Amino acid sequence: MAADIYDTPEHELFRQTVRKFVQEELAPRAREFDQMGRIDKRLYRKMGELGLLGLRYDPKWGGSGLDWSYTAVMFEEIAHCDNAGVAMGITVQTDMATPSLHQFGSDELRARYLMPAVKGEMVAAIAVTEPDAGSDVASIKTRAVRDGDDWVINGSKIYITNAATADWLCLLAVNDPEAGYGGFSQIVVPTDSPGFSYQLLDKIGNWGSDTGLLFFEDVRVPVTNTIGDIGRGFQQQMMQFQDERLIACISTSAGSKALWEETRRYCEERIVFKKPLSKMQVTQFKLVEMLTEITAARELTHHCIRKRIRNEDATMEISMAKLFCGRMARYVADECIQLHGGFGYMKESKAGRAFVDTRLISIGGGADEVMIHYMAKMLGF
Amino acid sequence: MKILATVKRVPDPETSIKVKPDGSGIVTDNVKWVINPFDEIAIEEALRIKEKVAGSEVVLVSIGGNAAPNDVKEQLRTGLAMGADGAILVVTDAALEPLVVARALAKLVETEKPDLVVMGKQAIDDDSNAAGQMLAELLGWPQATFASKVELSGDQKSATVIREVDGGLETLRFPLPGIVTADLRLNEPRYASLPGIMKARKKELKEIPIGDLEKAGLDVSGRTQLVKMEPPPKRQAGKLVESVDQLVELLHTEAKVI
Repeated sequence: MAADIYDTPEHELFRQTVRKFVQEELAPRAREFDQMGRIDKRLYRKMGELGLLGLRYDPKWGGSGLDWSYTAVMFEEIAHCDNAGVAMGITVQTDMATPSLHQFGSDELRARYLMPAVKGEMVAAIAVTEPDAGSDVASIKTRAVRDGDDWVINGSKIYITNAATADWLCLLAVNDPEAGYGGFSQIVVPTDSPGFSYQLLDKIGNWGSDTGLLFFEDVRVPVTNTIGDIGRGFQQQMMQFQDERLIACISTSAGSKALWEETRRYCEERIVFKKPLSKMQVTQFKLVEMLTEITAARELTHHCIRKRIRNEDATMEISMAKLFCGRMARYVADECIQLHGGFGYMKESKAGRAFVDTRLISIGGGADEVMIHYMAKMLGF
Repeated sequence: MKILATVKRVPDPETSIKVKPDGSGIVTDNVKWVINPFDEIAIEEALRIKEKVAGSEVVLVSIGGNAAPNDVKEQLRTGLAMGADGAILVVTDAALEPLVVARALAKLVETEKPDLVVMGKQAIDDDSNAAGQMLAELLGWPQATFASKVELSGDQKSATVIREVDGGLETLRFPLPGIVTADLRLNEPRYASLPGIMKARKKELKEIPIGDLEKAGLDVSGRTQLVKMEPPPKRQAGKLVESVDQLVELLHTEAKVI
């Protein structure tokens, strides 16, 4: 444990609180959330009461004004909720859909949408990706056309987490197609707006998350719902993406470690040819090699967290960590299935679920290839 | 009103306990320590009373070590984060029997002058279920043990407590100050919220060396001695029976229970 990041009694108490919440409220209902295809929305309120939904946000908006070390503690513990989809939904609420509003939103907008999100009274979603624009964000087509004091929005978004539970969206739309990177705006869109609808998507993993296709047909929202300046949406969204990637790294390294531990226990109990699986050298090699990768992923993640605690730019390191953690998690899930044999292939096995859940890490929040592309650019190639 | 709530540091009930080979105690390496679950219920009840009665104060009290590996401050901080106003730790590394604990608590009651002391009905480590009763006797205060419901009168001069007794419920009313010990169903303790954790940083956690209480007349000599600790016998493997008749037969001849 990298004690230097979170070594105070407050971090330890906070860890106990999150752990208790995960053990009592999330983990026992993990398969129920899979069946429902979403988390029980009422739990956001409970998370809000415990102070989990605004760790780094200004106390003025209900947050706790803390640093990344607390975010690290929270998502290391949430990773034990036995449902990657649920963890993803919470991440969207705390660190994907709300950071721009916190940083750039007007006081009125923050009072109306951010505070309720921090309290867990409202659920938020981030609506950026489109059928023809994923990691290539600048290619989005959804239009916001100004009509007096309103935006009139038309278009669609896809693979949107919290599609069914969301009360509002942080939407990225084109307001001026001629203005290039200066022609995008982030707009808060309440999901009860006329003209908005969604359709849920059937994914291979992350079953506990309501992922959907969103439709906007002449959806009207006030221009005052714009987050920050009109035309600055692209830049603000790029900043918002950074946090998401780092949390994916925290969740992934903690989740892989939990799966490794479960697999180790299984190998010590499973008898093959009259001795435990763990007594076979081939098993030992696999377990040791996996733990090496998991530890490396966690330490690289902690390196990024340290930089973020000091408020230093960590774009390069976070990109590396995202790339490394995604690949590590897929490798670990695959090997853990192998060690579990037939049982690993069952939907009820943690390894089997990790296999389909972790596949997303190398795609969402910027695909591996896009991470590499940008890192190459940063290196001056 | 002022309420004292007691806190004992005990091994997590989820921990698998191993007895030391020499039988002198349990192996404490790698044991996770928590607030005694019944004490957690007592703290919760104290906090609920505080929330109902304006101007109330909840002070946690504990007796034990103040440094790793036996640092009771960890558990007191949890209680402060739940919402208690302050905490007092009587510092000693000695293992204390219930009577000495009760005597030390009585000393604290003399100085703190609470209107109510809420305690867990017992600690889940040695299950003595004695300190609350002994404290009531030493103070000459009324007591209501195994409480499943606590209600204060409007003027806060008396308490009505429902106790879970064999085969039913018993309702007691007594004048304050008094002692209540909490049973499992009294309430469901809250989580320490993040704002609560941050507020707790500024709360006072007072440490009193046990010697100070001895100077004030505390007698720490015990009357009992731990002779030996041993694990329960390992459970035997079960047996599958063919029929109900055979089951009844075996219960009669082998298990000798019917």
